[in-house]
Amino acid sequence: MVYSGIGISPQDVANSRYLTVPYSANLRYRWSTGAAVGRFLAELKNGKIVGRKCDKCKRVLVPPRMFCERDFIQTSKWVYVQDAGIVDTYSISYIAADASRLEKPLIVAVIRLDGTGEAGILHILGGIEPKDVMIGMRVKAVWKPKRRRVGAITDIRYFAPAGDAK
Amino acid sequence: MTRRVAIVGAGMTLFRRRLLETGKELCFEASRAALDSANLDASDIEAVVLGSAPDAFDGLHMKGEYLLDGAGASNKPYTRVYVGGGTGVFTPIAAWWHVASGLFDVCLAVCEEKMSPLYPHPQKAFWSIFDHTLERPLGVNLVWIFALEMRRYMHKYSISEEDIAQVAVKNKRNALDHPCAQLADRITVDDVMKSEPIVWPVKKLDISPPSDGAAAVILASEEVARKITKDPVWIDGVGWNLDSTYWTNRELAYPQYLENAARMAYRMAKVENPRKEIDVAEVYDPFDYKELHHLEGLQLAERGKAAKLTSSGATERNGEFPVNPSGGLLGVGNPIAAAGMMKICELFWQLRGEAGKRQVKRDARTGLAQAWGDLMQFSSVVVLRSR
Amino acid sequence: MIFMTDKVAIVGLGYSGFSPSTDRVSYKEMMFEAAVKAYRDAGIDARKDVQSFICCTEDFWEGNSIADEYMPDQLGGALRPVCTVAADGLYGVITAFMQIRAGLVDIAVVESHSKLSDVVSKDDIARFAIDPLFGVRNLDPNPSFLAGLEMNRFLHETGNSRESCAEVASKNLKNATSNPRASYGSKKSPKEILSSDVLAYPLTKLEASKPADGCVVLVLASESRARSLAEQPVWITGVGWCSESPWIEGRDMSSAGYASTSCRMAYKMAGIKDPGKELDLAEIDDTFSYKELQHMEALDLCGRGESGRLVERGFTARDGVLPVNPSGGSLGLGYMAEATGLHRILEASLQLQGRARKMQVKDAKRALVQSWRGIPTASGAVVVLEGGP
Repeated sequence: MVYSGIGISPQDVANSRYLTVPYSANLRYRWSTGAAVGRFLAELKNGKIVGRKCDKCKRVLVPPRMFCERDFIQTSKWVYVQDAGIVDTYSISYIAADASRLEKPLIVAVIRLDGTGEAGILHILGGIEPKDVMIGMRVKAVWKPKRRRVGAITDIRYFAPAGDAK
Repeated sequence: MTRRVAIVGAGMTLFRRRLLETGKELCFEASRAALDSANLDASDIEAVVLGSAPDAFDGLHMKGEYLLDGAGASNKPYTRVYVGGGTGVFTPIAAWWHVASGLFDVCLAVCEEKMSPLYPHPQKAFWSIFDHTLERPLGVNLVWIFALEMRRYMHKYSISEEDIAQVAVKNKRNALDHPCAQLADRITVDDVMKSEPIVWPVKKLDISPPSDGAAAVILASEEVARKITKDPVWIDGVGWNLDSTYWTNRELAYPQYLENAARMAYRMAKVENPRKEIDVAEVYDPFDYKELHHLEGLQLAERGKAAKLTSSGATERNGEFPVNPSGGLLGVGNPIAAAGMMKICELFWQLRGEAGKRQVKRDARTGLAQAWGDLMQFSSVVVLRSR
Repeated sequence: MIFMTDKVAIVGLGYSGFSPSTDRVSYKEMMFEAAVKAYRDAGIDARKDVQSFICCTEDFWEGNSIADEYMPDQLGGALRPVCTVAADGLYGVITAFMQIRAGLVDIAVVESHSKLSDVVSKDDIARFAIDPLFGVRNLDPNPSFLAGLEMNRFLHETGNSRESCAEVASKNLKNATSNPRASYGSKKSPKEILSSDVLAYPLTKLEASKPADGCVVLVLASESRARSLAEQPVWITGVGWCSESPWIEGRDMSSAGYASTSCRMAYKMAGIKDPGKELDLAEIDDTFSYKELQHMEALDLCGRGESGRLVERGFTARDGVLPVNPSGGSLGLGYMAEATGLHRILEASLQLQGRARKMQVKDAKRALVQSWRGIPTASGAVVVLEGGP
């Protein structure tokens, strides 16, 4: 059996040994946030985290949705949850989204928010060195100043060890 | 009543970081190799199913439409399916129902991935798999979430980075015998531990980097399969399952969706005791910890015990339960959908005794292939049998 | 090829949206609404009864790579077999049909949606589907130039007139005025249509469908389940699909070969010999006015070059001999990307169930549904539907 394919190196491409066709696509969207995420973002602007409660399984869903995926019914009401919780898992990123190296590593975590049962959100940790992070540690949101909040997940700058949060 | 369906031919291209061939050409090369292996011509193919993961790599909208002539699908019923990283093992499942439904007798299943066109790095495409409102603004990259899952898995079952690194060592070594391999190497656990951190606990040698490649198989109904070959490899069980998008709301230490997919396939294949009945497994290993995680979800190892199984040597190619004798994604390479299909090809060769230097020592009659994808939420499983 | 006797039926229909924009809901919320309605219509519990969920979409219409990640929750599909077909909704129907006929599942759900109002650079994305290497992508920022090329060749080869194309647009826009789901219903004379701005010569603006949002969810079942679930199941008696070459320059632009090949497969399966006589209505692709004519001919609803005259004589009007797009089609409802095929299934099914109200076609027993995947493809699918016991 003969396996086909001609491997080429980055140098081959850089030296124009093989031709390439450059193209930048214009991909623009304006996503409707909808009822659930729209309200969630608006509340972030107020410095609050809001979820939706399912009456059947009693979970408070964050990120919020108008439906419970387990029971397949509408969620019934808005519930504010704490902007604090515990680190469910974490990792330390040495690369950016395009795989380039970061100067300073970023600590990434899933944080289980108090008062939700099991809901976690993805965010970054700050005010702590990578070596000191532990699964199960308590953290609290550090918000941007009110005037700089725009209704985005980045209105929370990061989560910091609970004792240090302002 | 379901018709029996068999694989009668398989083929693949080299897997490389960058191949000169276009996506169309890769589809052609893999399809042609599969046709040749079964002594068939394009005119014998009644329908074509193509699998490929995100369009963003190729820089094309509706890339299935672009690739179709390379897959020999012009003027034929043709469909592209995708389920993220699970696509490679899902595509033959889709081809299976083309034949099992009675609509066709011979169907070609092709998987292609050309990740290199995206500049400066294919990783950027993965940014757009994340939630546009809640996750992308954080600057997320693909490895984040797998590192989070790996860390959670290590924590829950007290597994060390060294335990996990054994998988990379085994698979890269197995790949030394694979003529298409991109990442074959003889390395040690220490090499893995000392490789540069990408997103800790994931280090450079824990992960399978981007790749170009294609792989294909041909499926036929029982009657036709027996005319094409004396050694058809039967697709006896298929299963797939998708968990909630809200991955931050889930327990990441155990892949429940995979258990569901496996049980679906086992029920269909009448596998009652998978650990005893499966002779060889090709499980999805884009990261070394995933092989362990998946063995547990597949009920092929007890929860938290797959690392021990690996240390015992059981999963070596010559062990009592060979896992990824091909070299897997860690060794052969990871052109996403094509990598999953490569596992189907490997089992086709293993179960026919045609795997050459990679042939497992034990008598292998029942094999399992599995792939995994999306936001750590999807798995596809196929159970194959010779005779 | 063998055909099994086990039949497959549509037993539940649900939809939401059907508007040029749906700013107040996310695509997930739009899908949830359609799904709830479909499951209620079928009388099933999605979490208990459905064994397979099939979504039809393309990444760049969603703005999400690996868009299938975002589908399960709002359909009741979390921790269930869910997959994505990168194609028009009819391919999803055919996928469910095959899964059921293979004996793999009893009840399957098919979903597709359009949220084109979220897509700002629609033309750029449509153009992004054109071959990247040969420069055609950069010929014209407006991808409709491909429709103009095809229309010109079609008219030239078949002798159909521009006036007939305008007649199609006029009919469909008018039909849409009695469809509650239609966004673009209006009374426009062929003359007004011909004198509207030129989009890509000879195609005018009023001859091209405009975008709409919407979601359609269907529940399909095996014969035994269908009989216990639905009083009026809609049987899928024939399916076919086909792709021609992706090389635009190499195709015969005058004929829709993909539609001809698809319909031959579907008609054979459904036992149809003379489609023009045996079908009671057709919901077929009319993304552009000339496409309806081209497809009528490709689908053997009439001879080559005859479609224009038939339309002008009212043969395809809602009260004509063979109503074509009595719903108003894409020209009247709006273009719904990959959801287009399912909206046609929805309209045809309501006709066969006698639930089409003001649009009802008399004695509708057998319908043809056909879709095309749009510029720059030559791919599409056909489904034959039948009402009755």
